[in-house]
Amino acid sequence: MFKWLEDLIWLLVENVFGLERGSNLAGSVHFFFYDVIKILILLSLMIFLISYVRSYFQTERTRRIVSKFRGIQANFMASLLGIVTPFCSCSSVPLFIGFVEGGIPLGVTFSFLITSPIVNEAAFVILLASFGIKTALLYVVCGVLIGTLGGYLIGRLKLERYVEEYVWKLQMGAGEEINQNQKDRFAFALSQLKEIVGRIWIYLLIGIGIGAAIHGWAPEEILARYAGPENPLAVIVAVVCGIPLYSNALGAIPIAEALIGKGVGLGTALAFLMAVTALSLPEMIILRKVIKVKLIGFFLVITGIGIILVGYLFNAIYQYL
Amino acid sequence: MEIKILGSGCKKCHQLEKNVRDTVEKMQITADIEHVSDIEKIIGYGVMSTPALVVNNKVLSTGKVLKEKELVGILS
Repeated sequence: MFKWLEDLIWLLVENVFGLERGSNLAGSVHFFFYDVIKILILLSLMIFLISYVRSYFQTERTRRIVSKFRGIQANFMASLLGIVTPFCSCSSVPLFIGFVEGGIPLGVTFSFLITSPIVNEAAFVILLASFGIKTALLYVVCGVLIGTLGGYLIGRLKLERYVEEYVWKLQMGAGEEINQNQKDRFAFALSQLKEIVGRIWIYLLIGIGIGAAIHGWAPEEILARYAGPENPLAVIVAVVCGIPLYSNALGAIPIAEALIGKGVGLGTALAFLMAVTALSLPEMIILRKVIKVKLIGFFLVITGIGIILVGYLFNAIYQYL
Repeated sequence: MEIKILGSGCKKCHQLEKNVRDTVEKMQITADIEHVSDIEKIIGYGVMSTPALVVNNKVLSTGKVLKEKELVGILS
């Protein structure tokens, strides 16, 4: 799909920069420009598209749909709708209260809260650009699976007592969906596009820069030995390292892409990415306002284990993708 | 006119408040502007995504940083 761009950048590297194809520097420079342009094109298209779709899924509507389902089906629906409902982590608290006050079980609410950050459009695009459609879709499926099962487990463990008492006592007002016309929806999609690209481009650039350096110079044998698909510990280390990182999630993908090219396991890299997005420290601090530390612990452990398992899965099936 | 911005103190919420203040000033309307960050009150309005805009006790927008142009339409 981007062969034309690849060729165009080679023309630039060889004729304008005067670098010789095959040298480390030329490889890195090409990687940088090619990745930056490709990712920005895909990202803009994708954010616009999904933001438009999202304008149809206001939180109130999502809650109404989810409330019609029971058992694990409700977890699954919450997880799916977590992808298309506009949600930023600063709304975690009102959303959490709104869900549980609206009669949505705790576990189902968590299904939403787990999948929503994992499956985000930017991560999807960068995976698509770096690894192709199969890997990107598998990533989405795994994100939904972790949310569904993780939330289901939290529900079965009956952890309601670890929700702060005041949450159950609050009086929820009658929220209603706000009517929007097509013009509003397009304006929303466009403003999301500007907002997200404006926020992440710098991380992306830094990430692609580091990725480009790795692409040209990183020692292949050493990386493959310590972080390759055969090393089971690498996945766990990757997940733990992902917890304190947050806003750099998207910058991490081009780095991961370059590392995989150098022999790091795909599962290891994806587990790292999922951990960065799903197990974020700031999000947990925000959630502490409504749930007790113990429940945050359960959330962390259950989601973390899910991500580690997905990491192993990807490492095992990588060669067949 | 009584305008409330519901928000938990995040960057987007402050941006909405700023946009509202700028718009009100430009339109030269007298308005009482309040930033509500008490979660109990936010929930009381039935709002699940912040920032939200409440005008004369009616929720007019949720989860969006409205721009001046959009605000002019809403406030007039």
